[in-house]
Amino acid sequence: MVVWFANGGSRLLALTPAPIEKLAFERIEFRPQEIVLHVRNEGPETFHVAQILINDAIWDFSIAPDRSLGRFGAATISLPYDWIEGEPYAVTVLSGNGLRHETTVDIAMPAPSPSGRLLTAFALLGVYVGVVPVFLGLLWLPALRAAPRAWVEFWLALTMGLLVFLGIDTLKEALEIAGRAPSFVNGVLLTALGAAAAFLGITAAGRALSRGEGSATGMSLALLIAIGIGLHNLGEGLAIGAAYTLGEVALGSFLIIGFTVHNTTEGLAILSPLVEGRASLRQLALLGLIGGGPTILGTWAGAFTYSTPLSLLFLGIGAGAIFQVVRILARAQAKGGSALDALGHGRAAAGFIAGFLLMYATSLLVAG
Amino acid sequence: MRRARGGARLGVALFALLLAAACGCGRGERAGAGSADMDSLAAAARAHAIRALTDFDTGKVTRLPDGRTLREYEVWAEERMVAVAPGIRFPAWTYNGAIPGPTLRCTESDSIRIHFRNRGTMAHSMHFHGVHPAGMDGVFEQVPPGGEFLYAFTAEPFGVHLYHCHTMPVKMHIARGLYGVFIVDPKTPRPPAREMVMMMNGFDTDLDGSKNEIYTVNGFANVYFRDYPIPVKMNQLQRVYLVNITEFDLVNSMHTHATFFHVYPTGTSTTPSAYTDVVTLGQAERAILEFKYSFPGRYLFHAHQSEFAELGWLGQFEVKP
Repeated sequence: MVVWFANGGSRLLALTPAPIEKLAFERIEFRPQEIVLHVRNEGPETFHVAQILINDAIWDFSIAPDRSLGRFGAATISLPYDWIEGEPYAVTVLSGNGLRHETTVDIAMPAPSPSGRLLTAFALLGVYVGVVPVFLGLLWLPALRAAPRAWVEFWLALTMGLLVFLGIDTLKEALEIAGRAPSFVNGVLLTALGAAAAFLGITAAGRALSRGEGSATGMSLALLIAIGIGLHNLGEGLAIGAAYTLGEVALGSFLIIGFTVHNTTEGLAILSPLVEGRASLRQLALLGLIGGGPTILGTWAGAFTYSTPLSLLFLGIGAGAIFQVVRILARAQAKGGSALDALGHGRAAAGFIAGFLLMYATSLLVAG
Repeated sequence: MRRARGGARLGVALFALLLAAACGCGRGERAGAGSADMDSLAAAARAHAIRALTDFDTGKVTRLPDGRTLREYEVWAEERMVAVAPGIRFPAWTYNGAIPGPTLRCTESDSIRIHFRNRGTMAHSMHFHGVHPAGMDGVFEQVPPGGEFLYAFTAEPFGVHLYHCHTMPVKMHIARGLYGVFIVDPKTPRPPAREMVMMMNGFDTDLDGSKNEIYTVNGFANVYFRDYPIPVKMNQLQRVYLVNITEFDLVNSMHTHATFFHVYPTGTSTTPSAYTDVVTLGQAERAILEFKYSFPGRYLFHAHQSEFAELGWLGQFEVKP
């Protein structure tokens, strides 16, 4: 077989002479009087950048390092163009084989360059969207503690409902992005990779935290949940930062308000294991930071260094983390039994559905 | 135990070797994929566009017993990869190896014989826009691959005409490049002028059969804008034989900057029909334009469908005293 391949025997299988091309537009930046494209050849053959069209007009460009992109090769293309803020643009790359590779920008927005002011602005955004809501959710602790013990089960189930919804929502977002990217299958696989990594990672973390005493409870469980939610919020921050960069800011303040309400419920999720037992203010604050803080990191990453593969990976991690946390919660609830056992009866089922509904309602605020 | 482990190692090693061979050698070996090839294709296309501007094939001339002139032409159809814009290759079907095909020229009432050979892999033909008998029309007499056909008729009427393939699907046979200009001069020659041939076309480079990605005149995008601004002598009469063979778009047009031209639709009359600076033509419509430039300098000419101009149908005249 090796000899066959070496002698070009694989040409036998080249049944179609049609060129297979896949060009990924990793990033489009609108700089003063200039449009910069970051592209990568995701196809199996060398890609030759022949002509670039902006809104169907051939435009002069300079390209580095080379017009020919090998497999997985990348290039940066600069086009002097007087673009108008807020207007849509369609950019097409015509390859050497005459095929069109097109991407559209719905709203042209100036590319953010990391300045102190912008960093602070995005950090504040992360605080509003991530940290503050989680802390708001934590304020529920006294109320939860005052409630009858029977309701603890309800709250835990509510938490699981919240988290399952979050997990599914994250996967949905990842699939949407993967669908828009040229290499659909690889995008999905990347997400799956992130999910698997997070899932197993948190399992390992859980084992370490409980020091082999069976499943985690109380503070350890709350910590696990906080970590899971933190990972999820990293992905959320990425989405917000990216939306700004990619010119999808029509969502703007509406998105922020929506996320804030949506994330308050996450504080609840972190709380649930702590209803019985003790938790100092310092510990609660730490949990809040772990859960909400990553939003800031995510927003920075999304705004300044967005790339589709990165965002898909982190969305996958976020989803995997969430699902593992749910599993841990459920096993804690059922005292070692299966997750379904835990949700099988009245109050718990009601709690789960209530959690789901709550997240659904708040997600309506995060339009789109 | 040791044998089992050794066997497993061998298995892994062979598998790795297989993978490496597959990755390394499975790479598509497309003919002419390198950029060096692209450069030579582009150079050939540029050279052809510059030649096509002023090259006329007047055929092998002999005199018939009745005094008429006999002209014989050799035209063949062949598939050829051509460059249609810098960096863009197109799998073309051509007459005589390039787009557009040769400009065939003769005088009214000459006896014409075109010896057509099909060197392609599918049936082709030559359909002339002119007056001729049914069997010479190039529609019901398709020429199979490897076949030949002798088109023989008397050249009439005088004017600027064209020929193209008429094999079904005609849209594709035209879009792939099988066309050329056919000029029949009137018995009384037109006034002396510097003559140019311009055939407007488009290229559907991604072969989706619905739209053109590139527009050109004489086969290479922006060639008279970037590569060869057409030299023009000030105050000298210029005559352009303009033919539209663009597929997929309803019309094409030509606009000259800073000067107006007289339009002779189809060239079948020696009286112009209009004095203007834009002429719009449907597919297979053609006209003779006559104009002069009174001042030196560089002047654009292009389609006045701006979207065609921005996709390659743009040129300039360089006027010198």
